[in-house]
Amino acid sequence: MDPLNALVVLANFVIVPAVAYGSQLALGALGVTLLFAVLRFANMAHGDTMAFGTMVTIFATWGLQAAGVSIAPLPTALLALPVGIAVTAALLYATDHMVYRFYRRHKVPSVILLIVSTGVMFVMNGLVRFLIGPGDQRFADGARFLITAREFETMTGLDEGLAIRSTQALTVVVAVVVVAWLFWFLNHTRTGKSMRAFSDNEDLALLSGINPERVVAVTWILVGALATIAGVLYGLDKSFMPFTYFQLLLPIFAAAIVGGLGSPVGAIAGGFVVAFSEVGVTYAFRKVADYLLPGNLEPPGLMQILATDYKFAVSFVILVIVLLFRPTGLFGGRAT
Amino acid sequence: MTPALRGFALFGLVAVLLLGTGLLQGWNSALVILNMGLISALMALGLNLQWGFAGIFNVGVMGFVALGGLAVVIVSMPPVTVAWSAGGWRILLALAVGAATIIAAILLWRRMAKGRRRGLAVFALLLVGLSLYRALFDPARDAVEAIDPALAGYLGGLGLPVLLAWPAGGLLAAGAAWLIGKTALGLRADYLAIATLGISEIVIAVLKNEDWLSRGVKNVVGLPRPVPYEVDLQADPGFAAAAADLGLDPVTASTLAVKAEYGLLFAAVLVVVLVLAQLALRSPWGRMMRAIRDNETAASAMGKDVKRRHLQIFVLGSAVCGIAGAMMTTLDGQLVPAAYQPLRYTFLIWVMVIVGGSGNNFGSVLGGMLIWFLWVEVEPLGHWLLGIVTAPLPDGNALKMHLLGSAAHMRLLTMGIVLLVVLRFSPRGLLPER
Repeated sequence: MDPLNALVVLANFVIVPAVAYGSQLALGALGVTLLFAVLRFANMAHGDTMAFGTMVTIFATWGLQAAGVSIAPLPTALLALPVGIAVTAALLYATDHMVYRFYRRHKVPSVILLIVSTGVMFVMNGLVRFLIGPGDQRFADGARFLITAREFETMTGLDEGLAIRSTQALTVVVAVVVVAWLFWFLNHTRTGKSMRAFSDNEDLALLSGINPERVVAVTWILVGALATIAGVLYGLDKSFMPFTYFQLLLPIFAAAIVGGLGSPVGAIAGGFVVAFSEVGVTYAFRKVADYLLPGNLEPPGLMQILATDYKFAVSFVILVIVLLFRPTGLFGGRAT
Repeated sequence: MTPALRGFALFGLVAVLLLGTGLLQGWNSALVILNMGLISALMALGLNLQWGFAGIFNVGVMGFVALGGLAVVIVSMPPVTVAWSAGGWRILLALAVGAATIIAAILLWRRMAKGRRRGLAVFALLLVGLSLYRALFDPARDAVEAIDPALAGYLGGLGLPVLLAWPAGGLLAAGAAWLIGKTALGLRADYLAIATLGISEIVIAVLKNEDWLSRGVKNVVGLPRPVPYEVDLQADPGFAAAAADLGLDPVTASTLAVKAEYGLLFAAVLVVVLVLAQLALRSPWGRMMRAIRDNETAASAMGKDVKRRHLQIFVLGSAVCGIAGAMMTTLDGQLVPAAYQPLRYTFLIWVMVIVGGSGNNFGSVLGGMLIWFLWVEVEPLGHWLLGIVTAPLPDGNALKMHLLGSAAHMRLLTMGIVLLVVLRFSPRGLLPER
């Protein structure tokens, strides 16, 4: 029995990665849920919006690196992030003008907007692959670790090490700052309040003189910023590949739906629910059990519930369970 | 222009495009595009049943297509007898135990009174069932996968004629669709979309990882063919003489003949499904489906069982996609799980249905052929276009290299633009529903 080492192993392989991944999913899901709250459709192009924002940030990062700019130990991409956000927000705003506005004026059912966003998804996906190519890009620089496994071992004298990568720490810090700012914005500024009013009751909001085009524009800018930040953090933590970002759509939507579409708090909670389930269900708990079981007992097998490749199944199963038992999500989202 | 004339004109356009391909790029290329176009048209018909007739937002087409492909392996490959004796039956037993556990859990959930005891009982049942399943399954799987992994390492199939795999693919997809429909239909469109997208990814994950079933990423190659091999045709003196009469050399003639035979088989299936779909659309059943699509509340007030009808048409449409998937794998002669991509096998089919005209069966067939033609031809066109654009740049210029190398990605961009333009300016498609 050695619960302390068991805890360290668990933290190293489950808790720390899941917290970082959960923060990335939460930021992604916030974008989906905000857009749903205001424009009332689920945006299939969100994964590719993340990819686009990340791509622009990568280009800006390369530019900065070539110019010799560095903010080590922090990654240069952090400095390039505003460029990515600005370009992505501009693209989304232009897309809204050229594509979505027409359908909004005609008050089409939300399922049509869903199909329209599929078209946008194709265009963005093609654009990203055309500009940066379909391959893998790593753009993380600066310090690799906040604390390495070896440092942790010498520091604490335990058998097991706990490594925290700087990108994981950065993800959590950035996510906390962004979420705090977003909630302050939604609850305390005039624009944020008008967004919430518009989302709660469109007709009433229009009657009180809220300019709908302005609300929509602000929403797209926020969505662009959230998508870019989420994408860049994910890319720093893992790596950037257009197809992976397309596939992120599934856990992000699962997170937004599990929390309740349209509910920002729900999106954050959903992100962590999905991330912890994905990591927990696909992790082999053998080592943890080794430390927890009395010395003479052997844990049977790897104690892994599902192979890592089935992580999509996890998002899906959570989604189905939540929808069967709480159809509006954990935090009571809205119905279309 | 009357709708019928419009249809003839557009189908004529497809024919002209294919003939042009034949004259410019060779008849082999034209037949390759035609064959895959016929299969795409069938997939589009399947999706049109679900979306056009009933308004079910299914973005899991890829999963049903892949299940059809799996059916080809299961039906037509010779069984690996050693693997069966090593653990095949045990795997089947384990799967039966797993299924029985889930059914028992559902029954228990329904029978017991609400409360904490019910939750605990169901949880305990699932835990015991899952442990039993893993205890039975894991050693059997390892035993099967250990047998000659370079060539076999899986159970093989039933060794039946490959044409039987087409209806079998439909049945397999229909079975899966029934299970999925039972749980997911009735959800809102956006929830259903993400649920079906998830299921299709799970199907692909299963094909990639369950080596005992489909050899996973090692792929199953050398699937039996329903048509003769080119070499056999070339060796046949009668065929060589016939080819010489047409002024073709035997090698070219044999490749053309094989592709044409596939084309005839596919066209036959397509015509049968199209006639059935058209009869269904015009029947009282089809009118009821469209009534449900247009106003669910009113239809259910009229006593129509909306849930049941939705399940019915979801299963039928998925079965058609499964048949098309089996045909495609037969044409390829191999099952490559890693080749299934949602953009190509789900969203492209959506583009076909929308561009063709949702709710119109002929529109789906047209959309399938036309969009498939575009999908194939955009790449050489993009290359040619970028070649002109970059002509002033010197050879070896980094930008020029990058642009020419990226020409292949023009197709996604083009498909998106085509979809957006059609949705904006002609939302009912090229051949609108009547």
